[in-house]
Amino acid sequence: MILTLALRNLVHDRIRLAVTLIGILFSIVLVAVQLGLYLGSSRMITANIDRADGDLWVTTFGAKSFEDGGVLLTDRERHQALATPGVQSVVPLVVSFAEWRKPEGGSSRVVVIGSDFADKGLVPWSLAEGTLEDIKAPDAIAVDRSYLGELGIKGIGDTAQVQMGRVKIRALTEGVRSFTQSPYAYTTLNRARQLLGAPSDAITFLLIKLAPGAKLEEVQANLSSRLSSADVLTREEFRARSLKQWLFKTGAGLALIGGALLGSLVGTVIVAQTLYSSTKDHIHEFATLRALGSTKGYIHKVILAQAGLSAVIGYALGMIIALLILYASRNSALPLVMTPGLAFWLFALTVGMCAISALSAIVKVTKIDPATVFSR
Amino acid sequence: MSGTPVLQCENVVKELGQGAGLVMALKGVSLELVPGELTLLMGPSGSGKTTLLSILGGIMTPTSGTLKIAGETITGMSAEELARVRRDHLGFIFQSYNLFPTLNAIENVRIALDVRGITGYAATSRAEEVLRDVGLGHRLTNYPGGLSGGEQQRVAVARAIASSPSIVLADEPTAALDSENGKAVMELLSRVAREQNRSVLAVTHDNRTLGYADRIIRIEDGKIVGEERRPEGVNSPEITDLTKRRKLHA
Repeated sequence: MILTLALRNLVHDRIRLAVTLIGILFSIVLVAVQLGLYLGSSRMITANIDRADGDLWVTTFGAKSFEDGGVLLTDRERHQALATPGVQSVVPLVVSFAEWRKPEGGSSRVVVIGSDFADKGLVPWSLAEGTLEDIKAPDAIAVDRSYLGELGIKGIGDTAQVQMGRVKIRALTEGVRSFTQSPYAYTTLNRARQLLGAPSDAITFLLIKLAPGAKLEEVQANLSSRLSSADVLTREEFRARSLKQWLFKTGAGLALIGGALLGSLVGTVIVAQTLYSSTKDHIHEFATLRALGSTKGYIHKVILAQAGLSAVIGYALGMIIALLILYASRNSALPLVMTPGLAFWLFALTVGMCAISALSAIVKVTKIDPATVFSR
Repeated sequence: MSGTPVLQCENVVKELGQGAGLVMALKGVSLELVPGELTLLMGPSGSGKTTLLSILGGIMTPTSGTLKIAGETITGMSAEELARVRRDHLGFIFQSYNLFPTLNAIENVRIALDVRGITGYAATSRAEEVLRDVGLGHRLTNYPGGLSGGEQQRVAVARAIASSPSIVLADEPTAALDSENGKAVMELLSRVAREQNRSVLAVTHDNRTLGYADRIIRIEDGKIVGEERRPEGVNSPEITDLTKRRKLHA
């Protein structure tokens, strides 16, 4: 009967129900979009770190992100790393911002990523056209299909200039986007050095793969003591450092999280207001229940059930709209991301938001004087 | 008077308000209710009828005095303990019916059972049974808005008796009804008292209800000023000339 009464109380006033649901829906959509953007941004920022096959990253001292490594390490550090106990392999990477000159004039910025794919350290993924072999050709480079317009090219076979040298598009990736809006341009290690005008042994990152049985912390400490001019980070540490740089130091992440909090707050206020006014309208019925001998807990359950039902219906509607927005954003520069974890978290947030909203109504009914049933 | 009292109150005083606005709503009321009787509590407006009913129902607490329901002293109990006493021993009927407008007749009865922990099929079949008993077997799924005043009050009676309480308290049960419906409700309350051996106390100032009473208690200015009882052997509901009048308080 608790659910029946809660549901009937809700649908009794359809305009108020609509306001409640719109409040929850607005809140869910806003939070879903903000957190979807946050997740999407996070994935973009850490995509290369996540894809790289290494247990430890050696970066130049103080490198703030994947794009901020500079080209300051050399074969000296590489050999020192290789000589460290517990290290199985060391794969050098070159990563740097570079100027991209468009064939029709004008320029743009790209992030050149040089890697020898045979080392399997960092290999371009989601290849839509061309192969890894194609990228090994002397002038080859791979970019993402979504940036063709921005880079002033039409597709495979087109040429452009990257800083010091000409490049030809030999492969295209699909969905490999950059948070900095400077597209990733994948090429071989040596070609990257040439394009950037860097020395032939210049390195941005060393990807360390541990030998079987080696302890991560021990190897990390050992490498740190040997490579005094470099930072030695676990994958998680490097991810966290990159996220901190792009999401928090730039304020972008705070804006997204702030938007999500604002959405939750607005939703909570709207639901609280409508639940309170619903409770006020049904106060005589709650007083009657109390006079009939119901416990306070019984009445609280009715109100919480109202809040819970609002949460479930509002969440379902909100998620439908959020998923439509997600679908619409799939080809944008910053696509939204929805994961089962985020969907569950949003549901928990909705239920929590509605439960908090129910507090004012619960306080109201807690003060009910059942004697009012005789004064109507 | 016959049988063991199911409700006893002794020297109940109730003060309302405070300071200069203090009003003594009840000034030492004592009475007992026994099973099988329909008792009317009559008096003019402001005499303390509803206050007394609220106290007897464990809804309001007296300023002083003692109140026993089913042998249990309820004065001094917490709000939750009083709710438990109401659940276990009392049924209520209100002047404005106080039905849940969003629930149909059977659900209105079921909710009173639900708060007592009677749920599912047991609750549904019991609700149907009492609604048929009060003559609403054909109105089980009607909502209060689709029922006449008399029918709504019969749903309220069904709700009050569904859990088989030993005491049924009614506040002006016929005040909002026309004469025919008022008569039907009083007949029903009389049946509840006699056939189901419950103690029914109805607050009223409706003289049309006199003929259904086994006993009438008169209250004025917060004090019981008289008690009248139906003569032995008289069963007609039309009886209005209640004799053996006895003044309890001068």
